[in-house]
Amino acid sequence: MDLTYTEDEEDFRHRLRGWLAEVLPGLPDRPHPADWPGRRAYDCGWQRMLHDAGYAGLHWPEDAGGRGATPTQHLIFLEETERAGAPYVGAGFVGLLHAGPTIAAEGTPEQRARWLPPILRGDEVWCQGFSEPDAGSDLASLRTRAVRDGDAYVISGSKIWTSHAEIADWCELLVRTAPVNTGTPKHRGITWLAMPMDAPGVTVRPLRTLAGTAEFAEVFLDEVRVPVTHRVGEENDGWRVTMVTLSFERGTAFVGEVVACRRVLEALARTARANGRWDDAVLRRRLGRLAAECAALWRLTQWNVSEAQRTGGVPGVGGSVFKLRFSQVRQELYDAAAEVLGPDALDAGQEWVADRLSSLSYTIAAGTSQIQRNIVAERILGLPKGR
Amino acid sequence: MDFQLTDDQRALRTGMRELLDRHFPRARLRAVVDADAARRGGAPAGGAGAPERVGGLDRVGGLDRGLWRELGAAGLFALRVPESAGGVGLGLPEVVLACEEAGRALLPGPLVATELAAGLSGSLAVGAAQGETVVTALHEGGTPVEHLGSADVVLVLGPTAVEVIPAEEAALSAEPMRSVDPATPLHRMTPGPTRRGQAEGPGRSGLAARLWREAALLTAAQQLGSASRTVELAVDHAKRRTQFGRPIGAFQAVQHLCAQMLVRAESARSVVYAAAVTEDPGDIAAATLLADEAAVHNARDCLQVHGGMGFTWEADVHLHLKRAWVRAGQWQSTAAAEEELAAGLVSTVETCL
Ligand SMILES: Cc1cc2nc3c(=O)[nH]c(=O)nc-3n(C[C@H](O)[C@H](O)[C@H](O)COP(=O)(O)OP(=O)(O)OC[C@H]3O[C@@H](n4cnc5c(N)ncnc54)[C@H](O)[C@@H]3O)c2cc1C
Repeated sequence: MDLTYTEDEEDFRHRLRGWLAEVLPGLPDRPHPADWPGRRAYDCGWQRMLHDAGYAGLHWPEDAGGRGATPTQHLIFLEETERAGAPYVGAGFVGLLHAGPTIAAEGTPEQRARWLPPILRGDEVWCQGFSEPDAGSDLASLRTRAVRDGDAYVISGSKIWTSHAEIADWCELLVRTAPVNTGTPKHRGITWLAMPMDAPGVTVRPLRTLAGTAEFAEVFLDEVRVPVTHRVGEENDGWRVTMVTLSFERGTAFVGEVVACRRVLEALARTARANGRWDDAVLRRRLGRLAAECAALWRLTQWNVSEAQRTGGVPGVGGSVFKLRFSQVRQELYDAAAEVLGPDALDAGQEWVADRLSSLSYTIAAGTSQIQRNIVAERILGLPKGR
Repeated sequence: MDFQLTDDQRALRTGMRELLDRHFPRARLRAVVDADAARRGGAPAGGAGAPERVGGLDRVGGLDRGLWRELGAAGLFALRVPESAGGVGLGLPEVVLACEEAGRALLPGPLVATELAAGLSGSLAVGAAQGETVVTALHEGGTPVEHLGSADVVLVLGPTAVEVIPAEEAALSAEPMRSVDPATPLHRMTPGPTRRGQAEGPGRSGLAARLWREAALLTAAQQLGSASRTVELAVDHAKRRTQFGRPIGAFQAVQHLCAQMLVRAESARSVVYAAAVTEDPGDIAAATLLADEAAVHNARDCLQVHGGMGFTWEADVHLHLKRAWVRAGQWQSTAAAEEELAAGLVSTVETCL
């Protein structure tokens, strides 16, 4: 067990810090959360800067346009950018964390050449069209139909909870290409397609979240034609294609936020000292325990990253364990923040109150906590399939 | 960075597990536990006649000194003693792994005090590393002392000084309790002339402070071992026990209890191992908190998964719970650990995170 970083790793950290110190002061002001075109421009602009400095797709393989960095270097990158207060991946999330890696792993050379460079440069934004009104946790029961017509698929159906749909150029879409028959498992007839969001027949209707902003949308598909060449992987093999990279997300997607948890906790302590609530031993001890939880999340991350490094980049089963604890701690953190704020906890204009609201999605999005527990029970602990 | 066990550390863990299986199989644990039940007048599980003396117990309710010597001879207490002094010459992470295995096996005995004493140079605790001298320790804030009746000497960590006093001297201001844990006899310390070393932990400095932190960490390691073991016990039971025509492990309510147990154990593991590497007081406080929580709550959930069987003397579940209770907050109370971490939030210059 070694927690010290190698000379190479420290060198990488040092250069990154230098670069961040140089460029961050020159960034434009952050756009208002409701200003979607502004958010797109801001997030893509940051991605472009990363790209030009050689930090885009750091851990992607080199033949996919990445830098072939080790999982540890990637961890350092995420840690340092968060510490420096650099922009979050934002609108680039799906392209960089899921659709891109999927295309890198399963796409043809032509598909990689078409889609990966614009993702890395911040030129094109992707969204994820998986969930449907009747297919959430039970994603494999999705019903959006794609019927082959010559060299295109004709797609009809609807998707829901699609983050960033309003500003996306592309959608990684899961569609049903074979009917569900008794006998064949329902995840067999699913296909992965790249759908242009400006194709005729695509209608986006923003949905307002409980925070009052439109973070995700419904996407209606009415006989949308998508060329067969936009299919990644074989027809009816989309479930496997998707799962190849889904576990990637849970490995490192939250690194920045774990670092942020510690920062928020220190800020809470400062605020509590200033407003006198620090004198309350119950509150103080609650913050102390949260510090232990944050330490554990960080160590779990290092553990999982080290494991990935040893196994050649494949994230282990630790992702679900991590996500369960992380989402819970994140919510507890902002509940504690509310106590520190006192009456101001009812002021939706407070940053921590907004974060408290958004923390409520953590036990739902990207697989609910119940689904994560099912995964832990069945795949890690080997308990019989539940019912 | 490579935050994974090395091959040597894996081998050590396997070796420890085998060693404990060999010298302290379940039958030997049950002998200790059932002797306690017999002594208290309750019939041991199974209702068989209560044996007067079982296994190698040389004092009623006392430590099995034969076992202690066997483990000493196998090197369990000398992992960190330099090779030049006849030890194994390993580091704190290795001792943590060994303590984890001991916690898993519910090994009775003053393991932490012995490990600390074995690491002291000079004449303070001669024979501790070999398991010849049995060493226990005084804790903070009136926490009961374990195995005082079997101990030869008592380690006292004062504000600055580290002392070893004869057990008879400590016994003058101690009275036996009816310990909740049948395998860990406890004495309550009464105020008296020989009562020393009871100052609050954070006030300590130098060697005493270091030993105090190590004791907290090694205790957390034992809690971690117990917490992982109860996950296994619960999962094994859930796979075997059938109700409503299927294994109870197929019921989601049971699955989710087990999943949360694993989350607790793995969260605790990550901080216990990190603290073993960094030896940082904040990391050790975090390890204490999460390992205590994992051990106590996992034992409780394990009990629930076992149903009525979990409420029996015969199942080992209660032994994990009771030992976890004995260890919880033993060197650093929950309040002290939380306060230490809270203080760290306002004094941070550059933390590890
Ligand atoms: C902020 C946010 C952003 C999102 N972004 C996207 C996106 O970009 N693209 C996309 O495709 N999707 C997205 N989602 C959708 C998300 O993946 C789903 O909400 C999630 O998978 C749950 O599905 P559901 O909402 O249909 O809930 P349901 O599946 O209906 O679940 C309702 C409740 O039932 C429980 N439940 C369901 N099945 C089981 C079971 N087998 N065992 C135990 N309990 C069960 C759940 O845990 C939950 O508590 C987003 C969601 C949120 C909140």
